[in-house]
Parts: sequence; structure tokens; C-alpha cells
Amino acid sequence: MISKGISGKGRNTAIMFATLMLFWLMLNGKLEADILIVGALVALVIAVLYRDGLSFFTEFRFTPAAFIAGFGYYGYFFKELFKSNIKLAAIVLSPSLPVKPAIVKVRTKLKTRMGRLMLANSITLTPGTLTVEMEGEWLYVHWVRMEADAIEEATARIVSGFESYLEVMYG
Amino acid sequence: MGLILDIIGGLLLVGGASFLLFGGLGLVRMPDIYNRIQAGAKTTTLGTLLTLAGAACLQPAWGWKLLLIGVFLIFTNPVSAQVLANTAHRRGAEKSPLTKIDRLAEDQEGKA
Amino acid sequence: MVEILIMLAAGLAGAAFLLALVRFIRGPSRLDRVVAFDVLTVIAITFIVLAALVENRGIYLDAALVYALLSFLGVISIARYLEGRF
Repeated sequence: MISKGISGKGRNTAIMFATLMLFWLMLNGKLEADILIVGALVALVIAVLYRDGLSFFTEFRFTPAAFIAGFGYYGYFFKELFKSNIKLAAIVLSPSLPVKPAIVKVRTKLKTRMGRLMLANSITLTPGTLTVEMEGEWLYVHWVRMEADAIEEATARIVSGFESYLEVMYG
Repeated sequence: MGLILDIIGGLLLVGGASFLLFGGLGLVRMPDIYNRIQAGAKTTTLGTLLTLAGAACLQPAWGWKLLLIGVFLIFTNPVSAQVLANTAHRRGAEKSPLTKIDRLAEDQEGKA
Repeated sequence: MVEILIMLAAGLAGAAFLLALVRFIRGPSRLDRVVAFDVLTVIAITFIVLAALVENRGIYLDAALVYALLSFLGVISIARYLEGRF
């Protein structure tokens, strides 16, 4: 990832530091001077030592459009997660167990590692689909009730919904 | 006001636990390992998230820590499901006879 | 009122736990048992949260967090081990 203005390493360290601090503060649940100082010191040491270790962490684009897409993404995500659970409950509760499993192949336009990871995770938590294998731009997805086999159509049904948000967030 | 929030929280707890129950049922009823992973991963994610939300309604002071557990689960639950599915496929786990298409196995045969 | 709802949730989660345990015992493959184990650990997190509510002790949530972390790592390493990567 090429970043404008700030150099790559400084940017990575800053994002890592901010993430660690956020986790530390959430874990403590209160803002007090001694907690802040200890957290800041430890976070700084870890961030400096491991700034390149989690580079996929920093692939998020810090632009207003990406933040808006992020909100849209989570809204869509929770809607889909809820739908998938209702569908699954319906399948599990019906006596005949109406499944039609298949492993289909789909394609993604996303290029970054984090974008692809988020896509795979999203697919796993949405109605009836589970990512089994990833190879470059190809994803192999297990489908409890297959609706389409052709790559284009399966991609349109499984991938496109999330991809439009993730493309803005990670590229 | 506090009472309403308490009741919403309690209902969220019950709702979350019901999804867990559907997941358990799916785990027992589903015909093969992939379908079982699907049943397990989806229901435990939503079920636990609803439980955490319910707990946050009952004890708002715990909100941040509950949120942290929730964020962690959203990221790790699908990852472990994918790793298990991936391992199952590489080990050639038995697929339900209902499974008609397996593009992954076809592509791997093509390469070998 | 709320106590009753918490107990009801615990009962439902308990039933889910038993069903997952059925899959854990029945298998048939080792990987099926790992899948069941994964579900069991996540249900256990719900139990810890419910216990924290009943006993009104926020410190239990730290246990839940560490438990989530360790069970995730455990499942990943068992899966990788079964794949023969170690």
C-alpha cells in the first residue's frame, strides 16, 4: 500500500499504536492517568518493534469515503448475518432437511489481503455459504442450498453485495 | 426506563441462546461436515453477539469489554470455520451424497 | 423477571451444549469432533457471560475474553495438526 504524505513505516507504527491503545482502553473500561501512561508505553514499544508484522492491518484506506463504506458494510453485514441464521434455523427445524450442497467457484475483484480476508469472513457468515479455499482471485465456496453454478452468477449472488463496500474500504 | 432496558436485555439473552440451540440442532442433524460447520459458525456468532448485547443492556458498565469480546468473535469465528472446512477438504472428508458439484476437487484434479 | 429470562437463556444454551456434545461423542471423524469442540467453546463463552450477570461480577468477562482467545488458537492448531503441517 502506498500512502500519501506520511511515510509507510511511520504510518504503520501510528496505526498499530492507535489500535493497541484502543484495545487496552476497551479492556480497562476507564480513563485514568496511570492506565493511560502504562498503556501508551507498552503500545509504543510493541508498535515500534512489530510495525511491519501486521502490515495487512494498515491496508484500510483512511478516507471519508472508506469510513462511510465501513458503516454501510457493517449495516449490510448484520442484516445478512441475521438472515442467514433465520434461513439456517428454518432448514434445521424442517423435518425433511432441505439441503442441496455444492462447492462452487467465484471470483473477486479485491486485491489487498485484508480486503480478501474480510470478504471470505463475510461470505462465511452470510446465508448458506462457507469459504473453503482461496487461490488468488478465486474463492471456492460451499453452499448449503446451491442457487447457481456458473461462475458469473454465483459471484453476483455471493460476492457482489460485500465487494462493493470492501472495494472502497480496502481496494 | 431501567426496567425496559432490563427486559430488552433479558429478551436478547433468550434470543441469542435460542440461536445457539438451532446451531446445536444443526450440528446433530446436518448430513456432512461442511454443512455442520455452516450450522455451527453462523449460529454461534449471532447467538453470542445477541447474548453479549443483552448483557450490555443489563450491565451498561460492562459495555466496552463486551464489545471487545464481540469484535474478537466476529473476526475469529469465521476464520476457524474456514480453517476447519479447508482442512476437511484437504483431508478428503466425506461429502454428503447430496453434494452434486465440487469445483474445488475438479480444479485440483485438473492441476495434478 | 430478568432472573427468569436469564435462567431461560441458560436452559436453552444448556440444551445447545448437550446437542453439540452429542456430535462431539458421535464423531464420526476426528474433524467432526473438532467442529463440535469449536461450538462447545463458543457456547461456554455465553455461559461465562450469564454467570457474570447472575453473580454480578464483571471480572468473569476477562475470563471469557481469554477463553475466546485460547479456544480460537486451540481449534486452529488442532486443524493444522490434522492436516499434517507440523
